[in-house]
Amino acid sequence: MKRDLISITDYSKEEYLKIMELAAEFEKNPNQDLLKGKVVASLFFEPSTRTRLSFETAINRLGGKIVGFADPQNSSSTKGETLHDTIKMVSNYADLIVMRHPLEGAARYAAEVSPVPIINAGDGANQHPTQTLLDMYSILKTQGTFDNLNIFMVGDLKYGRTVHSLLMAMSQFDNPIFNFIAPAELQMPEEYKMFLRENDIRYFEHREFTDIISEADIIYMTRVQKERFSDPMEYEQVKNIYILRNSMLENTKPNMKILHPLPRVNEIHTDVDKNEKAYYFTQALNGMYTREAIITHIMNLK
Amino acid sequence: MSNDTTKKKLKLKVSAIKEGTVIDHIPAQNLFKVITILGLDKIENQITFGTNLESQKLGSKAIIKVSDKFFENDEINKIALIAPDAKLNIIRDYEVVEKKIVKAPEIIKGIVKCFNPKCITNNEKVTTCFKVLSTSPVTLRCRYCEKMTIGEQMRML
Repeated sequence: MKRDLISITDYSKEEYLKIMELAAEFEKNPNQDLLKGKVVASLFFEPSTRTRLSFETAINRLGGKIVGFADPQNSSSTKGETLHDTIKMVSNYADLIVMRHPLEGAARYAAEVSPVPIINAGDGANQHPTQTLLDMYSILKTQGTFDNLNIFMVGDLKYGRTVHSLLMAMSQFDNPIFNFIAPAELQMPEEYKMFLRENDIRYFEHREFTDIISEADIIYMTRVQKERFSDPMEYEQVKNIYILRNSMLENTKPNMKILHPLPRVNEIHTDVDKNEKAYYFTQALNGMYTREAIITHIMNLK
Repeated sequence: MSNDTTKKKLKLKVSAIKEGTVIDHIPAQNLFKVITILGLDKIENQITFGTNLESQKLGSKAIIKVSDKFFENDEINKIALIAPDAKLNIIRDYEVVEKKIVKAPEIIKGIVKCFNPKCITNNEKVTTCFKVLSTSPVTLRCRYCEKMTIGEQMRML
């Protein structure tokens, strides 16, 4: 049976750990010709420069060839071709398909249609599992463990798919604590809190972004986006509350690291960048190793 | 006792059938959805139905009597989401020989529309598929977009 990666919950704890191991190997030796002679289709029905470059670099470092499109304007979907037909056609040519699509559930559907494996590089606001795996690799690399970690999530916890997926993945490990810091309009959705309660996992909710962060092992920052607010006044009130500044980091734990899926707007002040606890740029680099690991795992190359 | 039975028969608003199935306790507002889901609009059997009948439990109920038709469980369970209290009487020679209740299946394919307008199933010809997480209130999780469709949000295809 072919292996896909559509949703973070498709993978078991063992598979997460295997990908972490592979990623560590690729970090030591990023250029390995495991994909030699293979063609990977990179289908971006919605532009995403960051994710696409990370994937395409990973494929190049594995020695694979890439076909595809970076912008839906250059694809047959502008002529009205269905996703079904595009995937049917491309899966004739390629050994693996990496796809991003603006519609939610598009990747799951593509996986049903395609005889070759699909990696979901983002389907609307739904899933972006390779982001979660690179977040996990960053956590493991900086903390040395997935167990007993106090994870603070800050900003837009309502629509932020990265925080939802990370919560689900980290809940597989021993004794996590979650702290959610968000404005009233952008709180962690009830279904995730219910999941945590059902699994006896501790979580705490806060409105204020204060010195409670001194307990954090990981601070996961997200963007508070203006378009998420029904009332522009509310956005104006909260937009400057959830900004991390260097002065706030004084009493934080020495092992603490700050993660952010990027792009950042103003939620992390640039004065944080030079602090050794700022990890977001390295996190992006980790993405390449993690994607090499995911491709290798899915294609059964190691 | 026989007097009661006579009275009851006199009060019947939908005439009895000789052989077939009676589906009772359908919420009146969902009668036509039940008819569509069971494909009763496409068969040639004799069908009688009554709607907006008084019901202590539902307020207003509907009843369908289908002659010479006996449903498989898989078939009838499709209506569980919109008629969770429905009861079936299997009729042979005017007598009730068996009673059945409906039970929601674990997976619902087709039938229901995903609540999320950005779901692939609402934008391309894909058969919807949901995991039934709960029946009161109805809580369905889309196999594709993974979003929940809950209670009043539920629409039939």
